[in-house]
Amino acid sequence: MGLIQEIDFGTPASTSEKQVTLTVDGFTVTVPEGTSIMRASMEAGIAIPKLCATDMVDAFGSCRLCLVEIDGRNGTPSSCTTPVAPGMVVHTQTGRLKDIRRGVMELYISDHPLDCLTCAANGDCELQTQAGVVGLRDVRYGYEGDNHVFKKNDGVENFKWMAKDESNPYFTYDPSKCIVCSRCVRACEEVQGTFALTIEGRGFGSRVSPGMHQLFIDSECVSCGACVQACPTATLSEKSVIQIGQPEHSVVTTCAYCGVGCSFKAEMRGDELVRMVPYKDGKANRGHSCVKGRFAYGYSTHKDRILNPMIREKITDPWREVSWEEALTHTANEFRRIQYQYGRTSIGGITSSRCTNEETYLVQKLIRQGFRNNNVDTCARVCHSPTGYGLGQTFGTSAGTQDFDSVEQTDVVMIIGANPTDGHPVFASRLKKRLRKGAKLIVLDPRRTDIVRSAHIEAQHHLPLKPGTNVAVVTSLAHVIVTEGLFDEAFIRERCDWDEFQDWASFVALPENSPEVVGQLANVDPEEIRGAARLFARGGNGAIYYGLGVTEHSQGSTTVIAIANLAMATGNVGRPGVGVNPLRGQNNVQGSCDMGSFPHELPGYRHVSGDAVRDIYETLWGVKLDDEPGLRIPNMLDAAVDGSFKGLYVQGEDILQSDPDTKHVAAGLAAMECVVVHDLFLNETANYAHVFLPGSTFLEKDGTFTNAERRINRVRKVMAPKNGLADWEVTQNLAKAMGLNWNYQHPSEIMDEIAQTTPSFAKVSYDYLEKMGSVQWPCNDKAPEGTPIMHIDGFVRGKGKFIRTEYVATDERTGPRFPLLLTTGRILSQYNVGAQTRRTDNVIWHPEDRLEIHPHDAENRGLRDGDWVRLTSRSGETTLRALITDKVSPGVVYTTFHHPDTQANVITTDFSDWATNCPEYKVTAVQVGASNGPTEWQRDYNEQAEQSRRIATLQAAE
Amino acid sequence: MTMQPASTEIASRTAAIIQELKGLEGPLLPILHEIQEEFGHVPQDSLPVIAEALNISRAEVHGVVTFYHDYRSHPAGRHVLKVCQAEACQSMGSDAVAAKFKQLLGIGFHETTRDGSVTLEPVYCLGLCACAPSAMLDGEVIGRLDDEKIEEIVAEARS
Repeated sequence: MGLIQEIDFGTPASTSEKQVTLTVDGFTVTVPEGTSIMRASMEAGIAIPKLCATDMVDAFGSCRLCLVEIDGRNGTPSSCTTPVAPGMVVHTQTGRLKDIRRGVMELYISDHPLDCLTCAANGDCELQTQAGVVGLRDVRYGYEGDNHVFKKNDGVENFKWMAKDESNPYFTYDPSKCIVCSRCVRACEEVQGTFALTIEGRGFGSRVSPGMHQLFIDSECVSCGACVQACPTATLSEKSVIQIGQPEHSVVTTCAYCGVGCSFKAEMRGDELVRMVPYKDGKANRGHSCVKGRFAYGYSTHKDRILNPMIREKITDPWREVSWEEALTHTANEFRRIQYQYGRTSIGGITSSRCTNEETYLVQKLIRQGFRNNNVDTCARVCHSPTGYGLGQTFGTSAGTQDFDSVEQTDVVMIIGANPTDGHPVFASRLKKRLRKGAKLIVLDPRRTDIVRSAHIEAQHHLPLKPGTNVAVVTSLAHVIVTEGLFDEAFIRERCDWDEFQDWASFVALPENSPEVVGQLANVDPEEIRGAARLFARGGNGAIYYGLGVTEHSQGSTTVIAIANLAMATGNVGRPGVGVNPLRGQNNVQGSCDMGSFPHELPGYRHVSGDAVRDIYETLWGVKLDDEPGLRIPNMLDAAVDGSFKGLYVQGEDILQSDPDTKHVAAGLAAMECVVVHDLFLNETANYAHVFLPGSTFLEKDGTFTNAERRINRVRKVMAPKNGLADWEVTQNLAKAMGLNWNYQHPSEIMDEIAQTTPSFAKVSYDYLEKMGSVQWPCNDKAPEGTPIMHIDGFVRGKGKFIRTEYVATDERTGPRFPLLLTTGRILSQYNVGAQTRRTDNVIWHPEDRLEIHPHDAENRGLRDGDWVRLTSRSGETTLRALITDKVSPGVVYTTFHHPDTQANVITTDFSDWATNCPEYKVTAVQVGASNGPTEWQRDYNEQAEQSRRIATLQAAE
Repeated sequence: MTMQPASTEIASRTAAIIQELKGLEGPLLPILHEIQEEFGHVPQDSLPVIAEALNISRAEVHGVVTFYHDYRSHPAGRHVLKVCQAEACQSMGSDAVAAKFKQLLGIGFHETTRDGSVTLEPVYCLGLCACAPSAMLDGEVIGRLDDEKIEEIVAEARS
């Protein structure tokens, strides 16, 4: 196996198409125009010594180690900052260069500790390597005198020495080892786009400074790890490396957090994970990472993880640890008993967007083939189901149209109801990079998120619309485009149905859709709406990125359709730099939808009523499939309360915490006779479970995840499952216990079955993924290399379909009792229900959920920052602490839902999207008032949870 | 990860200065000059206000302020005396000149006399090499320093 060493070319690649040929040390090399000499010689296999250059950031030319000589030119220019020229003859090693380099290196080493043997970077230090490369044998300057290395010089305090900064939970900053190459500063600026670091002072006094000479934790740092990766010495080191030592082999795998789907090298020592390093060849992240994927993997070995199967008769009993066999036989018997007693459709299951495609496929197969019904649903129900519906109706596919690289060619970005710097940080960094190069930005969001304005980026138009008015505002943008004649007639005539367009155009042109009318009801300046519409229509390549702020509404599907209309009307579909891009929440939410997790669809979004499709599976699985759609999650819970639904298999989802109206979910679960939770931890749902099957982490299994750009990425096993079985094996064993003849030896065989039965996956196999790295579906004979951009020559459904988007205000309204609107979201350091991130050091950034409230609303209620407040809605009430900020508008409050103590979903209502039942998390009318502490419900809940998590200690056998 | 800008008097006076100069091309240095003029130094509390207004990071403002020695982090004495320590002056005995100043004032470089009258600083070339050794008192250059002139300068500065 060995450690994967990626080649560092020293400077970024040039995108020029013109080629230039030159000679380096006698070898001829041809590279694109604009390439540096350093990169060109690396292409030829010749590594020029360097310290301040690395290919993740632009050339800087400060270390003076990469000097070369060029025939016909004076002096010794630095190879990183000098571009190639035709016919150039370069010498990288001459007597003169060797002397210069050794001299430079002597200066570096004269102010650097000589503790290599005990240094954390030993074996992975570029300074050490380059000292070897240049043949450093002695340091004529000695180590006396001014330095940054020693705490005391001859017993006298050395004020140039600075103590280690260990404030960040994941990495340390040791200024005594710093060579001031600025790589960290430039990585923070160019790659991450946060600008948290600088060089303070000048000359010998130059130091790397987080913020204003602050600790890392107090600075603007978002802990993405780019600086740590850029650092050539031990100055910035992962604490895990300091603790464990250097890794000896690495495995490329895919992050299991958000829908960006970053590729990482899991660097291992034996079966111990030393660190996760973003992989440069990862086509979603291009070598970048965020605090979650890079550092927050500690949950996989957290003490809370359950490693043995457990069962209990009643949910008031303590858990009893049992063997796998007993747990699975018990489950199979229970499910069969319930079906015998209450009917075939009295049980169902929920697939997980956290698990692999293969595992998801097996769960829905178990339900369809084993349970013999279509009662399968997935957590996409509560996030992006409207995306599937809306884009399916208008374009013909239920997925984003672009790859992430597309953002590099965008001129105008419109972000609707998404907070990429917190929710999809790696994409946000790529977006910010493009914005700093001049692309324009429009943001529709009730909050002033960081993407609206932060260092070096600022939205041209921010429409801080009232929660619940998305449809009106997006339609109003279309109104401006239509009435001012800004639409792309040629595109529409060629690709869409012209009559449908005209019908739609006459609808959006109605006066009630004008910015002047809509602006009033959405609390947005009409001129801003007009400005945004004009910019989007006429600004060049226009791309729309949206998130759950669009979908989680009673009109979620309508907004998705309105977005699709907007893209079609402006001709922004079918080429790089444009498109409609849902930012998917979970690592494999796209994949779980693709794999037939919905009650009405078989894999590949094919309706269960289609005879031809059912035929494929009936032949393969040897059973008759139900041709009627099954129950959605909310229907299952309703049916449970009514007494007709009695058994549920939940893989890797915590519906009690994540689904709306917690009390209703709890009542539904409590009414069932066999709830099986298959998870890493005793999550909130497990409080109501009768069987607990321990799950495995993404580090412990093989499989694939499909990210928001439809990219199928490999997940590779780096350690054995601590619970003994990978999740796909657990599902398979359960299927066997229920009498099904399953016999998969490896997840690749499951993928083969998927490819065999699903046209859009036809060419996908593990061998092919090994060869290609990753592919974006559809990947079949028509598109053998996958499909980075969809709808290139026309829409998948034929003609793009314009659909009227009538605005219907949600039934959830403010009034005298509930005058404020609550909207919810997430924060960078935490992920979803927090089951994983709460079990890592990420809690240092977000130890609790807070209620963001505008100073005006806070003052009216006599609230101060940090006060406990009671948050009440028509559904319920909870308490949490206030955070006073003008990021939210007056009349709007906001909170995250990462902590179960907060129970934000006790507050949310059971209103949902008209087409897909996606819950309306983003709008709840609430009242806020002072409080002394947790509510009775929170106390009761905690007590119940504590009771429910008891595990019976085994009687001593000896 | 976020910091509220100081809601102090410094913040409001800083904001007024920024408002006036924000329109300039490359407004950061002029703003810092004006702030030093206003407060006699660049207060730490003004940096987040500048960062927020110019939409740059606090780190960037800090980097610029610390790069230039002339931006002070603390107020100087009533007079600022800069003694040249560059090569030409060194060859004409500036070490002794500096020592004499230090002895008469009772302070070292980068220090201010107890009574707040004088701040002593080294400077690296005043462009007055032909008249070395040289110094500068409150912006006025003085060449060909000898003991007599040094005493005169100190007397003037302490008065």
